[in-house]
This record gives sequence, C-alpha cells and structure tokens, in this order.
Amino acid sequence: MSETTPNVAGPPPLLELKGVSKNFGAVQALLKVDFQVRVGEVMALVGDNGAGKSTLIKGVAGIYTFNEGEIYFDSRRVAINGPRDSAALGIEVVYQDLALADNLDVVANMFLGRERIEKLWRLDEVSMEQACVETLDSLSVTTLRSVRRAVAGLSGGQRQAIAVAKAVMWNSRLVILDEPTAALGVAQTRQVLDLVKRLAERGLAVVLISHNLHDVFEVADCITVLRLGQKVAEFVARQTTQQEIVHAITAGQVQHVPGMEVAS
Amino acid sequence: MSTVKDSVSTPENALLAGQATPSLGEYMRTYLVRVRSGDIGSLPIILGLIVIAVIFQSLNENFLSARNFVNLIVQMAGITTIAIGVVYVLLLGEIDLSIGYVSAVSAVIMTLLLREPGGWPWYLAIGVALLAAAGIGLVQGLIVTNFQLPSFVVTLAGLLVWSGAVLILIGGGGTVIIQDKVVIGIANYFLPSVWGWGVAVVAVAWFALSQAMQVHSRRQRGVSTRPLSIVTFQIIGVAILIIGVVYVANQDRGVPFVGIILLIFLAWFTFLATRTKFARYVYGVGGNKEAARRAGIAVERIRVEVFMISSIMAGMGGIVLGSRLRSVDTAAGGGNLLLNSIAAAVIGGTSLFGGSGRVASAFLGALVIATVENGMGLLGLSAGVKFVITGLVLLVAVLVDAISRRGRAQSGIG
Ligand SMILES: Nc1ncnc2c1ncn2[C@@H]1O[C@H](COP(=O)(O)OP(=O)(O)OP(=O)(O)O)[C@@H](O)[C@H]1O
Ligand SMILES: [Mg+2]
Repeated sequence: MSETTPNVAGPPPLLELKGVSKNFGAVQALLKVDFQVRVGEVMALVGDNGAGKSTLIKGVAGIYTFNEGEIYFDSRRVAINGPRDSAALGIEVVYQDLALADNLDVVANMFLGRERIEKLWRLDEVSMEQACVETLDSLSVTTLRSVRRAVAGLSGGQRQAIAVAKAVMWNSRLVILDEPTAALGVAQTRQVLDLVKRLAERGLAVVLISHNLHDVFEVADCITVLRLGQKVAEFVARQTTQQEIVHAITAGQVQHVPGMEVAS
Repeated sequence: MSTVKDSVSTPENALLAGQATPSLGEYMRTYLVRVRSGDIGSLPIILGLIVIAVIFQSLNENFLSARNFVNLIVQMAGITTIAIGVVYVLLLGEIDLSIGYVSAVSAVIMTLLLREPGGWPWYLAIGVALLAAAGIGLVQGLIVTNFQLPSFVVTLAGLLVWSGAVLILIGGGGTVIIQDKVVIGIANYFLPSVWGWGVAVVAVAWFALSQAMQVHSRRQRGVSTRPLSIVTFQIIGVAILIIGVVYVANQDRGVPFVGIILLIFLAWFTFLATRTKFARYVYGVGGNKEAARRAGIAVERIRVEVFMISSIMAGMGGIVLGSRLRSVDTAAGGGNLLLNSIAAAVIGGTSLFGGSGRVASAFLGALVIATVENGMGLLGLSAGVKFVITGLVLLVAVLVDAISRRGRAQSGIG
C-alpha cells in the first residue's frame, strides 16, 4: 500500500495501530489506518487539512475511541477509553490549542491536575518549583526569566516549550505534538524543533504533526502520509524528497473506496 | 546553584540563575516597573480609602473618631462575609445572584429555630441554618453544571425563589426578634481591652511565624524567595496595622467580636485560595476551563463546590446581619445587599471574567462601601445620594482596573 515501505531494523514499535477507523456520522475521518512509532524516533504525520491527523492522535489520547482496529503499546494489545488510560500508558499530548491556563504561573501549569501536597493540604510549592526548573533545564529551555510568572506574559515559543516540558515531565514514553510550530516565528520554531530532537535523543517516541515540510525534514526520522482518512505512504525521511511527499499528500493512491466496505 | 555572575554568560544555567533570590534593590526595581506598567494590586484602593477618609473627616469631625471606627467594623462585617463567597464565584468566571436572599433564608431559619418557647441551642440553630445554605448552593450548582445553564439565569431564579421563601417562612408576623444572647453577641459583643491585646499579639506572632517559616524553607531548599528585608517590612506593616486597630478600638467599646470572626475568615479563606490544591483548581478552571479538563481536573465538581462556598458564606453573612439588627424581618436580604456584596469583591480588585482576584479584595471592597455609607450617614445624606455615590465609586474602581489591565497587556506582564 505504501510507495516505499521502510524496513527499519531495530526495536519493535512502541505504539502500533492496526487498521483503525473512525467515523463521525456520515463522515469517514479515518479508514483502516496502520501507524507505528518506535522509541527514539520522530515520526511525522502529514496530510492535507481534514486528512484525519488530529482524529488519529485524539484516538490515541483517548478523547475519541476508534470504531475498529487494534492498538498495541509495547507489543501488548491495549484498550484506550479515556485520557487517563493513555496517560497511564505514558502517552502525553501537546494539543494544537496548547491548553495552558494563562492566569497561572509556569510551575502551576506544569503540575496542573497532578499537584504535589505536603502536610495540612498545603501545596508543596518548593518541590514543584524545583522539579519544574530541573525539567526545563534538562530540555535546555533557557529563555524564561522566572518560573513564577503567569504564562500570559510569555512568548508563543516559550509557551510551547512549557507545554512540551509539561508533557515530558511525567515519565512519558510517547509524546505527540499537534502542529507545535504553527503559530511561531523563525527563532521560536527553531527552539521547538530543537526540543523535539532532544526528546527523541532522550529515548522517547515522538509523533509530530506539521504542515511545514521543511520542519518535518529537519527533525523527522520517518514520515506517514494521510490522505482522505487513509494512509497512502510511509517514508524514511533520509530516503525521500519534499516533492515525493507533496505528491503523496495531494495525489497519493487511496486503497479503500469509502462507502464500499463500510456500507453496513 | 552557581552564583548569578558567572552563570549569566553560560546559557545552560540561565534559567537556574534567573531563579536566585533577588537583592532588595532588584526587588524594589521590579516592583516599581510593575507598578509603572499597571500591575498595581491594592495600591489604588488604599489611596482611595485615604482620600475618602480625608473628605469625610473634613466634612464631619466625628468620622475619624474611635466610636465611628468601631461602628465601621460592625457595619462592614455582613457584606465582607458574603463578598468572600462572591470572590470564589467570580474566580470561576461565574456569578451568584441568589446570595442576598440565601443570606436571609439562613437568618430566618436560625431565628425561627431559636424562637422561645422550646428554642434550640444557638449552635444547632446556626448549624441547621448553614446546612440549609449549603444545600441551596449544592442544588443551584448541580443545576448549573448538569444542564450546562448559565449561572446568571439559575441564580436569578434562585433570587426569586428564596425571596419568596423568606416571606413564607416569616409568615404574617413581619418581624421575628432574636433573644439568644450568643447569637446577639456575634455582632454586639466587644472584647475587653486585655483580650483585644491578646488577640493582636497572637495574630501578629502567627503572621510573622508563618512568613518566616515560608521564607526559611524556600531558602534552605534553594529556590528564589523575597528578600528578608521585604519580609521584615511586611511583618512590621501588618503589626502596626493590627496594633493600631486594637488601640483605636480600645479607646471606645473595644474590639468587636465580629472583627475577630472576620480575621479568621480572612486567614482561612486566603489559605484555601492560595495554598491548596483546591485553589489551583479554582484558578485553573477560571483561567482556562478546557485546559483544566484536559489536565484531569473534575471541573464540574469544583464548580458545584464553589457555589456551595458562595451560599454558605451568604448564610454566615445573613446570620451576622441578623445578629446586628437583633431581629429578622421581611425586608431581610433585599435592598442593595446583593449588589453591595458583588460590588465589594469587584471594587477590591477581583475580575468579573474569572481567574484573577484575592480573598483580601472582599475586605478592601467592603471597607470602601461601608466607609462611604457610614460617612454619608454621618453627613445625613439621603438614600438616593448614597446610591449615586456608591455607584460612582464602583465605576471608578472598575475603570482603574481596566486602565491598569491595558497597561499590563502592553508591557506583557499579563
Ligand atoms: N468532532 C467531529 N465531528 C464531526 N466531524 C469531525 C470531527 N472531528 C473531525 N471531523 C472530521 O474528520 C475529518 C478529519 O479531521 P481532522 O481534524 O482529523 O483533520 P486534520 O488532518 O487534523 O486537519 P488539520 O490539518 O486542518 O488540522 C474532517 O473531515 C473533519 O471535518
Ligand atoms: Mg488537526
């Protein structure tokens, strides 16, 4: 089905989707998609608007459940029925629309929903602040002047960095980023891409959704192309070109004719 | 942690270096920058209070007397208590219009239970009254969250329902007198001066100790904190304030018991709104509901709990108001009690749009409103003039907030 099927020797995939489908009423958002990502690898997910990228990762994050297909994590078949299930597996998502609370400071945002408590119901601000600074430091996020500033006053790149740091702080094993550079300038895009590379170097599996092929080629090891809810190709980034990807995005061969198999 | 000087040039440590404890000079400089860019906190309201006090004093020399000062504390107590609940509701970006009559429902229930013969003991009467208030908050909160209705509409319905309930409960009599000594004492008992001083000592020591411990533990574990000199100034400031209040009150009848209740409310609800998980969730939901939901916070549960806090504080406020008048009548909870309570929170600096505000703003705002009312009462102005002036004060407070917010947005402090 793919134009180039990479035959990467190495570890088995950390996350593997087999034949997943999702429909919203009459809209077939995903149809029998296979998808995989390995530890230490950045897998880019590209495709035109409405191709089904966000739907695919929301299925993995537990926001939607797939109508059919199987999910394997660590070679074990798993069921993901809600955000807590995916968080328990070590899957963290940085959403297209960020999900930071503007009025809270950096530390509060990084720990939102998982605060540390000391005696007498008190927040353990000190240990949270230390862990926060440590995580940001380990990701070489150096442009923040204070972790006690409300995130409302931060630049887009800094906010994105915090959203990413939040995702990696929880011993996560798979980090999914939905268009993390869409709203950023050149320098800030640079920061975020560097951050993405470092995540893979740290031994995490990374899924990156982006419309910017230049960015994709800079950080991705493999590229999966979706078109009209189907997977049309998977490439090894080093062995392909931008033209080939653009061709797959716009004119890739779809295998299944929607409406034929799913008529039931 | 390395010293500031040598880590500034090495980017790897820039973040850590930025977290070091600032010197006094640096601290003051950042503070001034923040003030200049509009992040002014309680500054305008304190200046406003001084201006108001000077105006009233120049018009009537009794205004700054010890007697009037003690009156002021008693007068602001009811609104302050209700406004604390309002702050929590506003933090979520919600509104609760039922608080005026919920306060009256609590007061009426308590009063009826106390009625002789066969009256209940005061603690049971108050307990049941507050339980009823909590139940009202629970029901209203559940309706808002389960049916995804605007709190404005649900609590507007509540306003009508509970105003009717007050009339039904009081019945034909029109006025029910409170005779229980303890309940009357809430707003009418004044501490002997020795006790007043005792409270002052405990309050100052407790504040100083908690501040010192906080700074100490942060220092020891190497995270940035306020410079010691600033903490000392703050402690001295609070000490002067408390000692001053007790001293002036002791010139007259003494510290009102209800003043101690307010102090305890201030301490407890500030703790609840700053140092606990619940605080984080309230501010998080108020700032970005969707982010809070994705973070796994039980958003609807927090909302229901806040509506309960709002009703319970309204109930407490109603009891304080009833105690002050030594009776409850069919007019209870009406008039401009609701609007004054919401105005107090807003004048004090709590945003109507959620996510920003402090419990202390209920106190500052209520103090402003009570001061204006008290002063105009001394001058013998009509109710009409009072409303106009209170309305203008609210408008000025909101304008100052809007202008300072614009300054903040421009300088990116947020
Ligand atoms: N909640 C929903 N209800 C109905 N249809 C939906 C829903 N979410 C997505 N869709 C549809 O599913 C298809 C895939 O959408 P999806 O958001 O996954 O696209 P995408 O590849 O992320 O696009 P973009 O690049 O614009 O973000 C689209 O046709 C969209 O209209
Ligand atoms: Mg999308």
